[in-house]
Amino acid sequence: MSSWPRNQWYVAAYSAEVTEELMARTICGEPMVFYRTSDGEVVALADRCVHRRFPLSKSHLVDDNVICGYHGFTYDRTGTCLAAPGQKRIPRTARVPAFHLLEQDSLVWVWIGETDRADESTVPRAPWLDSPDYTTVRGLEPLKARYGLLVDNLMDLSHETYLHGGYIGTPEVAETPITTEVDDEAQVIYVSRHMDDAACPPFYATSTGIEGRITRWQDIEYHPPCLYLLHSRVAPVGTPDPAEDGRDEPAFHVEVVYAITPETEHSTHDFWMVARDFALEDQGVSDFLAESNRTVVLQDVEALDVLEVVVEGEKENYQELSINIDTGGLAARRIIARQLTKGEAVTA
Amino acid sequence: MTADVDLTPARMLRGEHVFRVVSKLNTDILVGYCWCGEAQESEDPIALWTWLLEHPDGHSSGRGGESPSAGRPQVLEPA
Repeated sequence: MSSWPRNQWYVAAYSAEVTEELMARTICGEPMVFYRTSDGEVVALADRCVHRRFPLSKSHLVDDNVICGYHGFTYDRTGTCLAAPGQKRIPRTARVPAFHLLEQDSLVWVWIGETDRADESTVPRAPWLDSPDYTTVRGLEPLKARYGLLVDNLMDLSHETYLHGGYIGTPEVAETPITTEVDDEAQVIYVSRHMDDAACPPFYATSTGIEGRITRWQDIEYHPPCLYLLHSRVAPVGTPDPAEDGRDEPAFHVEVVYAITPETEHSTHDFWMVARDFALEDQGVSDFLAESNRTVVLQDVEALDVLEVVVEGEKENYQELSINIDTGGLAARRIIARQLTKGEAVTA
Repeated sequence: MTADVDLTPARMLRGEHVFRVVSKLNTDILVGYCWCGEAQESEDPIALWTWLLEHPDGHSSGRGGESPSAGRPQVLEPA
């Protein structure tokens, strides 16, 4: 049994990454080759030829078909073999699995599980990522740690004060209690930390131009297993709260998005995105946020890579300690554990 | 709402069956509310989640329940 839930959607790539060139990526232990057809469809096939296992990602794309770079077996977008070398008969089993994909909100989602159970309506949304009302910067960092460690990291933002001081962390983050909500049926966790009077970290001071102290809201909305949304609201202290209808022009809004996609049991694709609703055309702000957020992500990567080694080396049944700041992370673990059981039960 | 519990920020999830855990002001105590209105206090988040997630097993099939502010929280002994 894998450590990630099956019969779930995962982010496999950014839409912009998938072109008419073959691209290899392993998702949830499945080596895949991705490409975009001439009519714009995104395709993902298992990344090995059925003949002698040669990676299709190291092969050739001709007229939307993949021609194996070893012996020339040719596959279409569905994985059906169209041609075999030196013979007219195509073996009945000459077929590579094709994965069910959905392209939405500038993300390519892949279904890991039984194809006939894929329900596209259940893919969580992040509409600001391709909205004209927002400008988004993004990146993808390889993480040599299991995906659960990144979930723990992102669900407890009190670590910002210590790991990300000077970027996004200030003392108030660790000092302000959180409120946690869980909707088991909708499979969503919400963790709120609202700071009424906080120092403005450089990440926000430089990008917004705010001088002085701020009201800072961090509202985490996690859709296990893959999509993590951090609704961040900053405004000078004294700015009124949002109106009943949600209008909130005086405040600055940053939507920080992570897609937490397992690669293997001990590595993770750390997709990160930062969308903002201010200074939309300001390339300087985009460059600053991209560089700053990447720095923050790499601080996490460095810590979690170390942590993975520690966790791998620890004795069985090591007893960790959980305190109040872990309430959201514990909720996430519970839901993922249930998804694991449910996903396997479907398979059985 | 009980007077000694900080329920800010506002409720965010709108489902019918939302569990909620908040901090009791000026203490290290967490207060967990089941969607049925019952509540427990604890200093141990694991014990609190265990109680919350197992609690609906005892619910009637009606799934109605009172508002989350009903009643005073009971104290959950550490697991």
